[in-house]
Amino acid sequence: MANITLNINNKEYQLDADPQMPLLWAIRDMAGLKGTKYGCGVAQCGACVVHMDGEAVRSCVTRLSRAEGKKVVTIEGLSETNNHPVQQAWQQVDVPQCGYCHSGQIMSAAVLLRENPNPSDQDIDDAMAGNICRCGTYLRIRKAIHLAAEMQQKTAKG
Amino acid sequence: MHLPLSRSNLLFYPHPYHTKMSLSRRNFLKVSGLTGTMLALGYYWKADAKDAEIIKATDAEDFGVELNAWVHINTSGKVTIFSHRAEMGQGVYQAIPQIVAEELEVNLNEVNVVFAKGDNKKYGSQITGGSSTVRTAYKNLLNLGATAREMLIQAAANKWNAPKTDCYAEGGHVYHRPSKKKLHYGELVVEAAKLEMPKNVVLKKRSEYKLIGKPLPRLDTWMKTNGTAVFGMDKEIPNMLYAAVERNPRLRGKVKSFDDSATRRIPGVKDVVKVKMGVFSTYREGVAVVADSTWAAMQGKKALKVVWDDSGFEHLSTDVIYKRMSEALKTKEGLSFKKQGDPNIILKYAQKKLDVVYETPYQYHACMEPLNCIAHYQGDKLEIWGPIQAPDWVQDFISKEMNIPREKVIVNMTFLGGGFGRKAFMDYPHEAAEISKAINAPVQVVWSREDDATQGPYRPGMMYRCEGVVKNGEIDAFKVRLAGQNNDHWRSGKKGEPNRSASEGFLKPYYETIKNLSISDVPFETPIPTMWWRSVYASTNGFAYESFIDELAIEAGKDPMEFRRMYLKDERVQKLIDKMEEVSGWKSRKQNEGYGMAITECFESTVGQVVKVSRNADGKVKIDHLWAVMDCGWYVNPDTIQAQVEGSIVMGIGAATIHQVTFKDGKAVDNNFSTYQMPRINDIPPIDVYVMDNEEQAGGVGEPGLPPLAPALTNAIYDLTGKRIRKLPFNLAEV
Repeated sequence: MANITLNINNKEYQLDADPQMPLLWAIRDMAGLKGTKYGCGVAQCGACVVHMDGEAVRSCVTRLSRAEGKKVVTIEGLSETNNHPVQQAWQQVDVPQCGYCHSGQIMSAAVLLRENPNPSDQDIDDAMAGNICRCGTYLRIRKAIHLAAEMQQKTAKG
Repeated sequence: MHLPLSRSNLLFYPHPYHTKMSLSRRNFLKVSGLTGTMLALGYYWKADAKDAEIIKATDAEDFGVELNAWVHINTSGKVTIFSHRAEMGQGVYQAIPQIVAEELEVNLNEVNVVFAKGDNKKYGSQITGGSSTVRTAYKNLLNLGATAREMLIQAAANKWNAPKTDCYAEGGHVYHRPSKKKLHYGELVVEAAKLEMPKNVVLKKRSEYKLIGKPLPRLDTWMKTNGTAVFGMDKEIPNMLYAAVERNPRLRGKVKSFDDSATRRIPGVKDVVKVKMGVFSTYREGVAVVADSTWAAMQGKKALKVVWDDSGFEHLSTDVIYKRMSEALKTKEGLSFKKQGDPNIILKYAQKKLDVVYETPYQYHACMEPLNCIAHYQGDKLEIWGPIQAPDWVQDFISKEMNIPREKVIVNMTFLGGGFGRKAFMDYPHEAAEISKAINAPVQVVWSREDDATQGPYRPGMMYRCEGVVKNGEIDAFKVRLAGQNNDHWRSGKKGEPNRSASEGFLKPYYETIKNLSISDVPFETPIPTMWWRSVYASTNGFAYESFIDELAIEAGKDPMEFRRMYLKDERVQKLIDKMEEVSGWKSRKQNEGYGMAITECFESTVGQVVKVSRNADGKVKIDHLWAVMDCGWYVNPDTIQAQVEGSIVMGIGAATIHQVTFKDGKAVDNNFSTYQMPRINDIPPIDVYVMDNEEQAGGVGEPGLPPLAPALTNAIYDLTGKRIRKLPFNLAEV
């Protein structure tokens, strides 16, 4: 065990934890932020995606020691009022069914849109193929990412 | 999932009627967390009545009955509706309020939805399966909303001393037409609650609906975009510990001994206990590691050394299972499910006949939220929180297994991160309850993905032998024998009857036109636990029946769509076929395009799908487009239907072309998504969904979109390539 300081959503957390523990469990069980999900534990499903210094990472395989000193953003910290363009698009298109995978989907999509403000279907498929949705909301994910891109561009121009 | 037809088949089927137990309104409000003066209505079933009766909460005690599907309106006009069913993505959280609010005349943003606790004496059956919530409850819910509305209108009329006919309700208010005065529902509930219940309220016509039939956004979406929706995995209760359990990888069997010395050295590990959980009629054993975090519990589990006693049951492998099914179908006639005419005689003397075998794999539910459950054992009572599809079954099961009075077992539903049938099982809550009792503390048991994937129960693997004769362009004989595990037999231990789902998926109008037909079930057992999987036997039967119809059509030299028109004389099905033809461009197909279709029936709804395939530049077959037409009769939300059909198709693509559960030496081989591959965004073609408009009895929505996918796809591949695929899953890239 070791003393570890984590910055999650601009808040400092002092943890006494195993540095080998995946970031996912610190976020969920220690910081109590339950929006980030456990799906597979082996970086296959994307339910646990968070941002670490702006990059999308799979928190289920990211050791705590690697997250120390970095800025971690979870779904709870993506926007103040559930109004990031991706979140708004998800709401307009009514993407989620069970909803369990969508924290990860949204966090992945947010990075895609930052790096590629106008992605094609192929770009979306490439960027989102790491996120499984068992309810099969994929077509709506594609549609919502296009919509979010439009919204983002309007905001940028506006 | 399948709602039992015969109650005696099942050990734990809830009693559908309500016993005469009194419920005091005060107690109910206390339990439900609602306070204050309000109008509260529910409905109840008289033991001898077919239809539910609506009753006021204040009268429930006098009547000595239990109410269900409560609607409450408080003095600020806020409406609370209890959902007695689980929300696992299928949209019940939206459908129930959308139905009630329509007749109640309130805006959906005035409605708050609360999950009811498990109690089938109060809420009726809560098993969320068989795509049954709307189709079984909608008439009662409409009546409930309308009754409350009429009472509120009457209350306003009384206040204004005006005739009721001059008043009407809209948007949570009652208006007085002549004077344009209005009162908010909140101002009327006290008065309304004192009124007599109106009888025979008039329901709106479908053309008058403002909410029903509209693609309104789901009420739970916003919580699912900012991480605030609470799934079982997210629930926390004070002083809760975490547990991970090492269970027998051979699905059955017992713990012989275990060494926990390494486990106990792991920081955070608090205790290690042996645990037993009921799996319907059998038990499964494991060793639970209890810790102060999920991670520590999982680490502790890895360090365990368990010796299993695997005696007393066979350690099977997939090839052996299918070889035995195949042998059985070669030699046995099986138990007759349906017989008309004499197909055997025709087959015996036919010069030419089709005799083919279809094969479908075992499947894993693979909910994105692995199983988990919180239990808090407190001596004389037990409370459960979790992603649970059948809270009332959990209550009954645990009460019986742990000898705790039923009313002292409190079962709370959270949101479910997928269910698909798996979370209608009582094993994981029971296990959590036993661990909590053993350690005398509240505990959350978290299943790893590997636990979830390798422990079953699974959709049973099936084999179908289909024989047929075509004469003069028509079906002269049609004979289907199926072999595969029977979920009912496995659960109840009762054998000797054919699988009651032997024709699930097959359209009934075929019985009217195929004169010589037989369907039988060749009983088949393994020690592998099996369970409902989305659309249940229709998901496998549909592949066999609708592939075989296609083969017969081709044998008859007929266009597969025309052939189905010939045999499916039902008016609704004819309209459905017309729609399929219209939207898919079936007739205007080009060369180098393969078109396939299938129509199946599942939980009172009929779905037809057309699949278009072609070859990539590299020669590999790809799915270009999918059209689905759903006839589910009276429906609530077309956007939900579209979403459910899209999702069913995606799940169908996975089961047809990507994954299967295989067994080796009695163990499930694939334990995570690295080898148990899932359909991903790049596997999904464009899908167009159409919903038939009619006012027939409502059918299911969550499952019926799945069964037609596999046969429509393989029929399309045959059309393109001349290659008939009879075994699932198959690899599209290798066709």
